[in-house]
Amino acid sequence: MSIFTDPKLGLIPGPFHKKLEEQNRAQNWYDWAGYSAPGVLDSVEFEYFALRNQASLFDISPMHKYRLTGPNTTAMLNRLMTRDVRKIGVGRVGYAIWCDEEGMVIDDGTLFHLGDNDWRLCCQEQMLTWLLDAAWGFDVSVVDETHCVAGLSLQGPTSYAVLEAAGLDVSKLKPFDLSQIHHDLMISRTGFTGDLGYELWCDWDKAEALWDRLWTGGAHQGLRAIGYEAVNLARIEAGFLTAGVDFQPVHATERLHRGQTPFELGLGRLVDFNKGHFNGRRELLSKRETPRSLLMRFDVEGFKPSEGSLIYNRRRKEVGHITSGIWSPTAKRNIALAHVRMPDASRSSGLKAEIYTLQEGKWDTRMARLTPVNKAFFAPPRARATPPART
Amino acid sequence: MTVENRYDVIVAGAGHNGLTAAAYLARAGMRVLVVEKNDWIGGAAVSRSLHEGWTYSNCSYVCSLLRREIARDLELPKYGLQVIPYEGGASFTRDADYFAYYSDHNALKREMARHSAKDADAYRGYSQAIMRQCRFIRPFLLRDAPDPASLHPRDLGELAYLVKKAHGQGSRELGETLKFWTMSIGDFLDEHFENDLIKAHLAGSGIIGTGLGVYSPGTAYVLLHHYMGDIDGGIGAWGFARGGMGAISNAIAASFKDHGGTIHTGAGVEKILSKDGRVEGVALEDGKVFYAPVVASNMDIKRTVLHHIDAAELPDDFTKAVRNFKIRGSSAKLNIALDRFPNFPAAPEHTSFLRGDLHVSQSLFELEKAYDDWKVGRWSEKPYIDMLIPSQIDPTMAPTGAHMMTVFVQYAPYDLEVDGVRSAENWNEKQRTAMAETVLDQMSVACPDIRERVVHMEVRSPLEIEREVGLTEGNIFQGELTFDQLFFNRPVPGWSQYSLPIKGLYLCGSSAHPGGGVMGAPGANAARAILRNETRHGRMKGYAA
Repeated sequence: MSIFTDPKLGLIPGPFHKKLEEQNRAQNWYDWAGYSAPGVLDSVEFEYFALRNQASLFDISPMHKYRLTGPNTTAMLNRLMTRDVRKIGVGRVGYAIWCDEEGMVIDDGTLFHLGDNDWRLCCQEQMLTWLLDAAWGFDVSVVDETHCVAGLSLQGPTSYAVLEAAGLDVSKLKPFDLSQIHHDLMISRTGFTGDLGYELWCDWDKAEALWDRLWTGGAHQGLRAIGYEAVNLARIEAGFLTAGVDFQPVHATERLHRGQTPFELGLGRLVDFNKGHFNGRRELLSKRETPRSLLMRFDVEGFKPSEGSLIYNRRRKEVGHITSGIWSPTAKRNIALAHVRMPDASRSSGLKAEIYTLQEGKWDTRMARLTPVNKAFFAPPRARATPPART
Repeated sequence: MTVENRYDVIVAGAGHNGLTAAAYLARAGMRVLVVEKNDWIGGAAVSRSLHEGWTYSNCSYVCSLLRREIARDLELPKYGLQVIPYEGGASFTRDADYFAYYSDHNALKREMARHSAKDADAYRGYSQAIMRQCRFIRPFLLRDAPDPASLHPRDLGELAYLVKKAHGQGSRELGETLKFWTMSIGDFLDEHFENDLIKAHLAGSGIIGTGLGVYSPGTAYVLLHHYMGDIDGGIGAWGFARGGMGAISNAIAASFKDHGGTIHTGAGVEKILSKDGRVEGVALEDGKVFYAPVVASNMDIKRTVLHHIDAAELPDDFTKAVRNFKIRGSSAKLNIALDRFPNFPAAPEHTSFLRGDLHVSQSLFELEKAYDDWKVGRWSEKPYIDMLIPSQIDPTMAPTGAHMMTVFVQYAPYDLEVDGVRSAENWNEKQRTAMAETVLDQMSVACPDIRERVVHMEVRSPLEIEREVGLTEGNIFQGELTFDQLFFNRPVPGWSQYSLPIKGLYLCGSSAHPGGGVMGAPGANAARAILRNETRHGRMKGYAA
């Protein structure tokens, strides 16, 4: 068989593929965990503004999803995660990270507490082996649901109105609440955009029906299917990290020292030393005060996006680099996430990014001052209001 | 004089430029008062609800020129401003076809080729020529226009900057620039395109708000003025402010107040007080008097100088130049609440271009004829219309399923001719209704069911715009954007740097460089001049500095 017709090669369609294909004018597919996922369906700009101004639908089915059940599940997860998962009540979702024995972050993800000792972990990286290893000695069953649970992220200021028009009542859901609407549809008030939004979870074979239901309801709400590029702009504005971009998941690195501790990623609030033993605790205790670098948020001088730029201190010594950098269309600022080595990260004044530009065949460089920013670049009050607004 | 009525600066008029100047000055630590004649703020960048459930951008209706330096300096997103770009647009024909303008280059090229293969090919050269002019002019928007007769080091510096930019262009580009600044949009389009409909579509930006026809010299610059803005760096892109144009003014006002500023509404300036050639404060219509060593007027130059200052305080040649300043009303506005989306029979289903600006002018000839009507004091029989339905994109403007439409109408005279007499007083309910009927007829070319869709309609002639907003003759730019009134000639030669012949009196509205549009640049530039001239430290902070 010729490689050109080998059906085992290439990307495979996900549960919403037919629906996405109908709307895909840009013919821009990328590889997300083996599935063909849209980078852009139409234009990044208008998809982004649907997300920030009306409502957007983004297929998150390729995320890895693991179902953990059995009498010891909560105890096992508490041993695995750096935060105290006992504080995540039933019907709640928690953001969590987990580390190896060196205290290096393996991945971040969301933990859905579905019921008593019934959890779902949703994350970017493949995690089955690690979960099975972590479950050894606990009475816990781990099932990979990646290819049977479909996920759809509905985000934007009219997302509540879209659900309402589709006959789905989520008026009582607070941020990080989840609700089993009926036996094959769960909705959580979560997302990767920092805006008002929901994630909808259903069986793989119910995906298209769910899509149609939302679409009928969303006709007057400006609903638009979007690709990853628009989501990426929104998540940088919200200050969220992407695995493999803003941090290196340690299981995905050959150079093991490229891993990072939660403290180096600014996620120290997710480490609870008082809850008893957990993976990486011993190392994290000793590494807590000695981060090698810090993940920082910056307001970048000027208007040129700074992604990939090297960072220099006052003495023109290279001390870091920008991992994500965009002009924020909503915050109207030039924003960036960056790794800066100690001790420059703690001084953090006098830093500059060296930004390269290419204009009509001419490369240029400019030095842009970096101003540290403590909070998210964009955190609208509508993201937290309950009941949510319709516009 | 008590502490309560004394300020460092008083700004007369809470238009977006007055508020911008005020916000910069408040951030610099000055005690600033803004006074406004209306009970609401915003001037011509305003959102008002005149029919329950619907919000209108009553005057200005789209946004592009607002400088992002200003949005960033004043942290406008933090104070609630969200600007959303819109896609495309179209011009409908009278025989159920259209020319659609797409923001996607390939789609646009294919659409142009449907009308003319030559024009589709010519578009690249046309848009490069425009972009070259934009690249040249944009840096000057937030700089002072140098006085060419002055030997002041700053003027020489600015002049040197101008010469350097001009020299950097090379002789061919410089020639192109000078030609572009003085030619008509009609001639410019004729040089590039052959198709009438495409030319008519592109010509609109050359006449909007201007008392000139498509073949009048200077209209190519007016087109440039509408192209030199940007949304997030996308030069020439236009959008809506979420919540209507008032959201811009409201965000600037919130930023201003958060830095200690005060706004006094409901009483306009009766008189700008001065003594021995030095400004002292303002007396308001409600009898209140406020004092400050600096007054910045957001009113247009004619209104400021001819109606609110004692003529004896001013040099005669200056007053004469102001009297001759061209500020003719040429446009009207319809704001319409629709029960549902109108039917556009020519447009394909699910098309994106209906989210943009829609027109029905067929040719440059038709546009020139529309201008002829205005010259003799009538509204155009077939007016140029720029209509948009922002509620498709902005969910806050109308109830779900219903829509809001904004229709800019050109030409409509200020001094309407009735029975051989030309007078603004001729505008009454009957004339306004008759004009609206003309406009609705014109709109029917695109959407024949428009009359059935109307739930509520606001009709504004130039007279209403003058009376409510305060713009002389209802001119939306506070003075026409022709070369004789631009740059170091704006508003009048010798007074282009925001200060006026009375010491401490400044102009901070669109009558000053770089002119009209919801740009904020005149306000920011005026604030910079005030800080430089009137304070010891003198430096403005931020990107607009």
